[in-house]
Amino acid sequence: MLNIDSIANGIVIDHIKVGYGFKIFNYLGLDKADYRVALIMNVPSKKYGKKDLIKIENVMDLDLTMLGFIDPNITIAIIEDEKIKEKIHLSLPKKIENVIECKNPRCVTSIERNIVHKFVLVDEEKGIYKCEYCDHNYDGWEG
Amino acid sequence: MLKGRHLIEPEDFTKEELDEIFTLANSIIENQNMYLHSCDGKLLATLFYEPSTRTRFSFESAMLRLGGNVVGFSEPGSSSVMKGESIADTIRTVGSYTDIIAMRHPKEGAPKLASMYSPVPIINAGDGGHQHPTQTLTDLLTIQNIKGNFSNLTIGLCGDLKFGRTVHSLIKALSRYENNSFILISPQELRIPPYIKNVLDDKNIKYIEVEKLEDVIGDLDILYMTRVQKERFFNEADYIRLKDSYILDSEKMKLAKEDLTVLHPLPRVNEISYEVDNDPRACYFRQVKFGMYVRMALILKLLGVE
Ligand SMILES: [Zn+2]
Repeated sequence: MLNIDSIANGIVIDHIKVGYGFKIFNYLGLDKADYRVALIMNVPSKKYGKKDLIKIENVMDLDLTMLGFIDPNITIAIIEDEKIKEKIHLSLPKKIENVIECKNPRCVTSIERNIVHKFVLVDEEKGIYKCEYCDHNYDGWEG
Repeated sequence: MLKGRHLIEPEDFTKEELDEIFTLANSIIENQNMYLHSCDGKLLATLFYEPSTRTRFSFESAMLRLGGNVVGFSEPGSSSVMKGESIADTIRTVGSYTDIIAMRHPKEGAPKLASMYSPVPIINAGDGGHQHPTQTLTDLLTIQNIKGNFSNLTIGLCGDLKFGRTVHSLIKALSRYENNSFILISPQELRIPPYIKNVLDDKNIKYIEVEKLEDVIGDLDILYMTRVQKERFFNEADYIRLKDSYILDSEKMKLAKEDLTVLHPLPRVNEISYEVDNDPRACYFRQVKFGMYVRMALILKLLGVE
């Protein structure tokens, strides 16, 4: 396996679904990072066969709601002094605001300015959300 | 407690809360004079972003008969004040002047949005093809008055069952009561959407889907008619073959039970022949009146005055 230095202080985002590592990398704006960052793709994994992985040598605030929405199977490890200080398992958030927009052209969100786009989780297994205004389903993140 | 609540979709209220409204509506029907001044000094706003004279009149008549007053607009073009203003801002403004708001809007979810900003109760008076809860309350009050209750009924719904929102809401509402079954009468391409079938399947409620009204009309306790638009058919041949199956006339009424109740959300085009109007089983004009009574009861409940 590719050898990447372990980090002393920072965050490891693990068990990312293959193909989503780059999306999360972009979402977190890591292309502009001035600290050490590693994006490793297609890492062999016991659980999933393959996974993506991101190591960040920096302490930063993560929007767990958004990350959970992108991929609920992610685990996040907070590293301090080369030890895992905290491990966080994500899940699909029950509610999301201003993350995605309704695709129904007849929805009020298509005309109202400054609207807060609100979705609620209706099917945890399939990851289906519905627009709180017009009830239209939304499935799949294409960030 | 219904005071201060919004009505955005029929499921916003529990069965018990609906009962409260119907009980009050029946009390109004029995003794209208008792309620002539119930809403003295209260103001209803009717914000109609698309015209629907029928629904607006029903709300306004309801409020005026309770002694209250009405302000509003019947299409956005007639109101320069509202031009270009966000719904949120309009609602906060109108909510400062009035005690309760009935809103109709072509965009789905607009009344829901309004309810997030409104200091006073919002009643959804129809949002595009999405929800029209006061029509459902109207249908239920009519059924209760004519049939006595909402149980043990065979309900036929005929016409455009795919796009007809009042049909979807009515099926969902009646599926909350005991031992009802449904006969869904429509052309193939206008069948009821899967999410409604899921509701029925989940509750183990019996339903069948058929193409022709004349085949099943004799089994029905209630027949709810809706319009089938020619443009909705996929091909001309089907349209010609089936079009008469969705028109209720005296011939078909001969096949029906003596205590059939025929309902229609109105306005009709040609799906019910005028000759049926004189049949005592034709209840769609009584239904209109129940619509006003149920809106009177709803306004009283949401305002918390009785
Ligand atoms: Zn929507």
